[in-house]
Amino acid sequence: MAAPADVRRRTIVTVAGFGAFAAAACLIAPLVGSLPISLARALDRSIPFADNVDAQVFFVARLPRVLAAALVGSSLAVAGVVFQALLRNPLAAPETLGVSMGATLGAMIAITFHVDVTLFGIPAVPLACFTGSAGALGIVYAISAARRRGTSTTVLLLAGVALSALLGAMVRFIQVIADIADTFRSVRWLMGSLDVASYAPIVAALVPTAASFMMIATLPRVLDLISIGSEAAASRGVDVPRAERVALVSASLSTGAAVSLAGPVGFVGIIVPHIVRLIVGANHRVVLPAAALFGAAFLVICDLVGRTAFGRVEMPVGMITALLGGPFFLWLLFRKRL
Amino acid sequence: MLIEAADVSFAYERHGRNVLDRVSLSIARGSIVGLLGPNGSGKTTLLRALSGTIVPDAGRITLDGRPISTLSRRELARRIAVVPQETHSAFDFSALDIVLMGRYPHLGAFELEGADDLAIARRAMAATATETLEDRRFATLSGGEKQRIVIASALAQASDVLLLDEPTASLDIAYQLEIAMLLTRLNRDRGTTMVVSTHDLNLAAALCTELVLLRNGRVLTQDTIGAALTPANIRALYGIDADVTMHARAGHITVVPVGRAR
Repeated sequence: MAAPADVRRRTIVTVAGFGAFAAAACLIAPLVGSLPISLARALDRSIPFADNVDAQVFFVARLPRVLAAALVGSSLAVAGVVFQALLRNPLAAPETLGVSMGATLGAMIAITFHVDVTLFGIPAVPLACFTGSAGALGIVYAISAARRRGTSTTVLLLAGVALSALLGAMVRFIQVIADIADTFRSVRWLMGSLDVASYAPIVAALVPTAASFMMIATLPRVLDLISIGSEAAASRGVDVPRAERVALVSASLSTGAAVSLAGPVGFVGIIVPHIVRLIVGANHRVVLPAAALFGAAFLVICDLVGRTAFGRVEMPVGMITALLGGPFFLWLLFRKRL
Repeated sequence: MLIEAADVSFAYERHGRNVLDRVSLSIARGSIVGLLGPNGSGKTTLLRALSGTIVPDAGRITLDGRPISTLSRRELARRIAVVPQETHSAFDFSALDIVLMGRYPHLGAFELEGADDLAIARRAMAATATETLEDRRFATLSGGEKQRIVIASALAQASDVLLLDEPTASLDIAYQLEIAMLLTRLNRDRGTTMVVSTHDLNLAAALCTELVLLRNGRVLTQDTIGAALTPANIRALYGIDADVTMHARAGHITVVPVGRAR
């Protein structure tokens, strides 16, 4: 069942299957909304773009948002897979390790104090997000690595929870002292929202996400081994400290990119990896691409629900993921599949 | 000598108690060396040092005369495999997945396991009588089955040294005997050198060619079974009074604890 040729076949089948699902979600989601449009008309090249309302709605008004959802879902799901394997813990995720909150604090500071810096063309908010996520993870990692028995996963999680609470308090502090207009902007952002109106922020987030995914692409076998124990992995030839560094840096990079686009969208990083593992098994060569694609489709669908299911009121996507994810997670626990 | 440790010291906390205190020992090719000592005497730490997963604070460990600190993790894994006391998989791997993980140090970064890796894994499973478990979920196996799968994974690593940390600790006596027979067979057929830590003095007497006695992180003695397993040494190690006799049917020394030493 798990013979090598079989793993290759399963990877191809999984990527094809989940890829088709994600592509379908990304194509269908922009068609739904207050003004229903037709895909055939939107893609009809015989009508000039300026006259083609369907194409304008599709490409200008809705597709950026859908692609942002796909990118955010993908990054958070992959980061979740990496954190869970690395810590051998089903509860490890960007939000439980303080990484999301670190990025959030970074963004809050950038938004509230109108920080205006760009580096390599990346604007202030994403920059602040990366700094925040990497900083939070660095602190958590330094605390747990200070012990000579090796990185302790329990300590890492506890440190993450404590740091999350601390950073959360700082986020609220900034909210309280901020100008009322900035507070309004940041509250909406803090709920996790995909109000992306152009392609520019997507491109800015795509670069770090791509870099992160390329690093993670070197890791599937290492993650398999580390998930049966870091000593077991080391004795089979894995350079564990190096693998941990690569994994943590790349996962915090993709988390930072996701938070910069959509705010701290919860539950994707914790739920999607579990759903994917239930479907495709444990092998990370299959799990990683499956999580990237399923995470994309999942968030696109969640945002579609948030956008359309409640009439004129648009729900932030972070609320939908929690509304769907919370009960699902409880059901998983009830079924004892974790 | 295949493996040599000279004056190896190690503490888990900076300036803390030395869990290993100037440990010296030598392991000959093809031998089965038993590591005996009470809880906290440093057996597991010594195995970690020998496998290179911890770096000693002082002293040096050589493999074929080369300091193991100069070998990469991958090179070391091709020479030395480890069987820990217990293995838990966080996710739903199959038994064959776990065995195939032993092939890691032989594969390039992006290389997939090939037909020969699969053949090696299947041979390792045949050697541990676990072929029928191939598709079973590792987490659902019994303790003895898990331990044999982990040993198969170590065999798939194709190393010439096997370090085993209390391999029979959680097993019933039928599985204990089975693991002991398996290790003896592997040593005879493949010439695998083994270092086995255990609390089971009778298992050590049956299995090993030589014993290292550890107390408070120090080597009390390294000697043959007959010379090491004496009532005096057992008293010094565990503080108990024990009868040591030759068991005719078993064909090895047996130790029966009688009472606390006075």
